[in-house]
Amino acid sequence: MGKIRSGYGFSRRDVLAMMCLSSILPAAKPALAAPTQLGFDELYGKISPLGLEFSDKVKSLDGQDVEMSGFMAPPLKAEAKFFVLTEIPMSICPFCSTDADWPDNIIVIYLDEAQTFVQPGVRIAVAGKLEVGSWTDQETGFLSRLRLRNASYWVA
Amino acid sequence: MRKLLTALAAATMLAGAADAATVYPLDRATILVGSPFDFKVEFDGVVKQEDVKVTINGEDAKSVLGADFDFVAEEKDKEGKSLGSAVILRAAKVAKAGAYKVEVSAGDETKTVTWDVFGTSATPKAKNIIFLLGDGLSVAHRTGARLMSKGMTEGKANGRLFMDDLDHMAFIGTSATNAVATDSANTMSAYMTGHKTAINALGVYADRTTDSLDDPRVENIAEAVRRLTKKSIGVVSTAEIEDATPAAVIAHTRKRGDKADIAAMFLDTKPDVILGGGSAYFLSKDVAGSKRKDDKDLIKAFKDDGYALATDKTELASAAGTNSGKILGLFHTGNMDVTLDREFLKKGTVGKFPNQPGLMDMTKVALEQLSKNPEGFFLMVEGASVDKMSHPMDWERALVETIEFDQVVGMAREFAATNPDTLIVVTGDHSHGVSIIGTIDDEKPGTEMREKVGVYADAGFPNYEDKNGDGFPDKVDVTRRLAIFANNHPDYYETFRPKMDGPFEPAIENEKKEYVANPAYKDVPGAVLREGNLPRNADTAVHAVDDVVLQATGPGAEGFKGYMEESDVYRVLADAFALGGDENM
Repeated sequence: MGKIRSGYGFSRRDVLAMMCLSSILPAAKPALAAPTQLGFDELYGKISPLGLEFSDKVKSLDGQDVEMSGFMAPPLKAEAKFFVLTEIPMSICPFCSTDADWPDNIIVIYLDEAQTFVQPGVRIAVAGKLEVGSWTDQETGFLSRLRLRNASYWVA
Repeated sequence: MRKLLTALAAATMLAGAADAATVYPLDRATILVGSPFDFKVEFDGVVKQEDVKVTINGEDAKSVLGADFDFVAEEKDKEGKSLGSAVILRAAKVAKAGAYKVEVSAGDETKTVTWDVFGTSATPKAKNIIFLLGDGLSVAHRTGARLMSKGMTEGKANGRLFMDDLDHMAFIGTSATNAVATDSANTMSAYMTGHKTAINALGVYADRTTDSLDDPRVENIAEAVRRLTKKSIGVVSTAEIEDATPAAVIAHTRKRGDKADIAAMFLDTKPDVILGGGSAYFLSKDVAGSKRKDDKDLIKAFKDDGYALATDKTELASAAGTNSGKILGLFHTGNMDVTLDREFLKKGTVGKFPNQPGLMDMTKVALEQLSKNPEGFFLMVEGASVDKMSHPMDWERALVETIEFDQVVGMAREFAATNPDTLIVVTGDHSHGVSIIGTIDDEKPGTEMREKVGVYADAGFPNYEDKNGDGFPDKVDVTRRLAIFANNHPDYYETFRPKMDGPFEPAIENEKKEYVANPAYKDVPGAVLREGNLPRNADTAVHAVDDVVLQATGPGAEGFKGYMEESDVYRVLADAFALGGDENM
């Protein structure tokens, strides 16, 4: 949906229609050349309080097709064209409402097609083109460091 | 009856009209004499500047507050809607202790509040204060830590916690200015400023404007110590150092979530020793792992200021020998791991940050460093994860954190034994809805876990062991363990067992922003779904409104007794250091 038109301006009916449509879509695994598997524990080579460094594997896969497995965090808003993939289901904020943070190791997934939210706690697989480096989403101001572009996902 | 209701309604409306303006500090505020605070009046409507009249004890406000206030013709909300006029005076001061009646009027809006401006002992009672804060520390945590660490025979504890032998105590009321309920920001802020405030606020009264950094400020203890003494200051926590509790020592914001701002506020008072987690907010945004949205490199700023930097246990040991007297230790990008994971199970994020110091390691270095100052020190140490593990109802982790916190109490008492001019305060900031009701005995027959819960005589005694005498149970997954339950919770799967694979995450969020039981625990043998009794937007168990038990020992500790508001605790601290004594005026 992001490629065709901006995430704004959908009527409720549009969104509902897309949701219906998309509920049919996520069934099929895309028939591409086998992407490289990438695990959450392989994202960073060096982890320290002074910062994280991407692993050699991540750096070498920049721009390549990869497949990851994780959990879909509830979207920031219904019409956002991306979602956040996390290693474990989001149970954010064991302490308070105003100061919840995302975990360090998240991947932002930009979808090829609109797809519905998968119920929480359901493991999914995502395939897409890995993009490494800081980038701020124009619409939401959301800053990400790792992304999968042109992605699609299915229940693992 | 109907007549009475009408009369009541009319009376309420009248009171509303007459009290339309809001004055900060609020009615019945307690203010340390000579301490700077922001004075603000918010009028309900737009008023004329010439109509505004403020008198204090019948005198013109300017003569009492030390300067004249500014008039703000109109404050606006986010949408640009008028909120009314206001007057503001930043850093007002009242020079003499006593009762003050503040009368405000403008047109038909009037408001009267009283302030208690308090003085202190003329001479200090204590040279050092060690303020030990177990976040969320409730009675069940103390009981559970004692049972787990020391054991019990025939109804008598087989040993005592270090906190069991402090000789003064008080019950503390923890409610916020805007709710009977409470969080770690407003509670610690009350301890550290003497002013109660609203939930999520630190070192400010919560005003009506949107900006979270413009709210009326009150002085915190770090500022008072810097203003009046040459003492050193230490802030130690196992949480992110910009998390609410450590932040309350130094920060001013309406929103505890302003963590990037709070991290930078450590540079305002520059505590001599700063140890904890949360480095992500010290890193410039271009560094992976940073949670800042600007280019500020706070690590560099502190290093430029002469701080020795430590990022793990080994570096902390070498930083302890620093000549500058200043240490910044940041051992995790987020909250540090808990003792059970760090020392025993190696779960959580211990794999990523394998060499984190514990609360005792950090407190030891802080005490060594701060006590080099012949003028004395103020040290705040937070056992943060008593709370952080109680929210997700991970009781084994919460109790092991309580034991670790208690061992820090032991270190403080040992320090005070050779430095008797030290006041030690041990307290929680708020409580949790948690209770121990017996044991869970795996040996009881059947597969249904609730039938293995032993109550009354069937409870017997738990079978934890501490063969190496380190105060921690050798393992927490014993066959007859404490049965501990929260009285409030989201939907979750109760497993009746310790969570050996990492901290418990009872509920996860769905697309409607509702929290549902985390299916990861569904297939644990014996797990049962417990339907929540909290609103569906509650992610974990919540704080309780129950009083907190404060204990203390040392010079000045006699000030703690009976029931006290959380803000009254500051008065005892200020008295111990004579922060409102004549010589300090």
